[in-house]
Amino acid sequence: MTDTAAPLLSTRSLTMLFGGVVAVDAVDFSLAPGELRCLIGPNGAGKSTFFKMLSGQYVPTAGEITFRSRSIAGSAPHEIARLGIGIKTQVPNVFNGLDVHENIWLAARRRNSPSTARRIARDILERIRLSHRSMVPVGHLSHGQRQWVEIGMVLAGDPELVLLDEPAAGMTDEETRLTAELIREINASRALIIVEHDIQFIRMIADKVTVFHQGGILMEDKADTVLKDQRVRDVYLGKKEYA
Amino acid sequence: MAVKTAAQLTALILAVVAIAAAPMLLDLFDLIELTLFASMAVLALSLGFIWGFGGILSFGQTAFFGLGGYAYAVAAINFGDSTPAILLAIALPAAFAALLGYFTFYGRVSDVYFSVITLTVTLILFNVVNSTAGDEYRIGDAALGGFNGMPAVPTFNMPFDPAAVLEPEASWYVAAGTLVAVYVLLRLLLASSFGRIAVAVKENEVRASLLGYDPRLIKLIVFVIGGAVAGLAGALYVNWGAFVNPTIFGLALSAQIIIWVTIGGLGTLIGPVVGCILVQYIVSRIGTQQTFNANLILGAVLIGFVLLLPRGLMPTLQHIATQAGSRLAYMFSRDNAGRAIADRPAGAE
Ligand SMILES: Nc1ncnc2c1ncn2[C@@H]1O[C@H](COP(=O)(O)OP(=O)(O)O)[C@@H](O)[C@H]1O
Ligand SMILES: [Mg+2]
Repeated sequence: MTDTAAPLLSTRSLTMLFGGVVAVDAVDFSLAPGELRCLIGPNGAGKSTFFKMLSGQYVPTAGEITFRSRSIAGSAPHEIARLGIGIKTQVPNVFNGLDVHENIWLAARRRNSPSTARRIARDILERIRLSHRSMVPVGHLSHGQRQWVEIGMVLAGDPELVLLDEPAAGMTDEETRLTAELIREINASRALIIVEHDIQFIRMIADKVTVFHQGGILMEDKADTVLKDQRVRDVYLGKKEYA
Repeated sequence: MAVKTAAQLTALILAVVAIAAAPMLLDLFDLIELTLFASMAVLALSLGFIWGFGGILSFGQTAFFGLGGYAYAVAAINFGDSTPAILLAIALPAAFAALLGYFTFYGRVSDVYFSVITLTVTLILFNVVNSTAGDEYRIGDAALGGFNGMPAVPTFNMPFDPAAVLEPEASWYVAAGTLVAVYVLLRLLLASSFGRIAVAVKENEVRASLLGYDPRLIKLIVFVIGGAVAGLAGALYVNWGAFVNPTIFGLALSAQIIIWVTIGGLGTLIGPVVGCILVQYIVSRIGTQQTFNANLILGAVLIGFVLLLPRGLMPTLQHIATQAGSRLAYMFSRDNAGRAIADRPAGAE
């Protein structure tokens, strides 16, 4: 995690337009191997769009994305997933009609034999504390549990880089605490980028924080510095002077 | 799980016994009618598979059925042996499905447009084959015959033995045996990793791709399998009538397959088979009297099902069976629990 190491992920002038709306505006971003980065910013700042370009769901209008020294901008989602980026999207994105075990098994099966995938699924079910509900269709679970299933699916794919878009949204305090714990566990061996609104949650996990505002990066620094910054406070309070 | 597998095995054995015994129990006329039902049920399986488990609604499953039928007829006339003709009736529609599927799935055509495209392709095939009257339209010894079709198509013979043409009883065994074999193969496929991934793609394409699966490839394979099965059904159908004409590509039949699957139950394999046989039975019963119009009654039956059993016949029956089963299990467990307490000697704790 020194500054001289080649970044795991970097973007150059990454831009996404929707008609006339500039959702992401020439973003230069860099993530070191093993890093845990929080991405914050008000609604509509472009965080989810940024994630969707990283994971291949959107083809960038312009700019570069480099992951493990490979250019991935515009690659198909399954190609990017195979290179080692796993994502939990903001809107729960799971197999609602299939049971919890099947969801995790399918995620693990991509890189493993059926029996190894079964073993991985069992381990992950324990980590996300859903072993007792393994046969329940995911659509019947609570919102927080569905989020965990999705995080579990990301883990089962064992990606180099984990993207979590608002993992604690709609969770109870206890669930949020467990999620923070889970994230620290993941960070022991994997890099993560986490989009989150909840300042409490960010204090629990954050090291370095990037602030998005109107499609661009407003600032980037240690969590304490960022959360004390007047511009960031203004943005969160909806003031316009830095627009 | 074990109970379910045992029940399925038992049902399978019963089906095989019934198929074996049918020629002894039924008169020839009924047996020939059942042979047709079994052939069409294979067609129903092809749509039930791609729609129910791949999420692919093809309005043109008859395109593959028709191609299979014509491929069989042309090849059987030219080779004089049904063995390679049947293989061709599977391979040609599969190849056509691969081509059509490649351009639609890889071209990111939306679901609705996909359905429209399959419908259009079927219409085009119908019109093309319909306009092949005249002697210049022949492939080898086989004249395509335009709207009149091709009469006197050689029927199935023993493998590689053209002299040994199958009797109606043997044709029944072939059609019903094929139906069971296709059903079992699709069941096994669905239980395999590929089948589970295909169902996942149907459930949520975006999630499947974010896990690293290529939905286009998965859907293409499912579609090709469906095309192959429909083609095989086409060969069975032509064998049944020793005859083929362009109505085999018709929209009426395309719509009927969708009705079979809807009535029998989308998302099961047994449903399309039951729906197909039930509807054909009703249609053939109405056909023998003239009081009611068959299409009218069929329409009424469909509306009735959609309103009363929106999930279809078989899923509803399965639901009732599981409900009854879990109620029984619950009563049984309560019974046991009661006894366990009563059995425990006083002061054992
Ligand atoms: N598919 C889309 N089509 C059009 N506009 C979009 C689309 N997705 C996002 N946007 C717009 O892009 C901007 C950024 O949205 P988003 O990335 O979801 O922000 P965030 O996740 O930071 O709340 C918003 O103005 C949003 O309305
Ligand atoms: Mg968002």
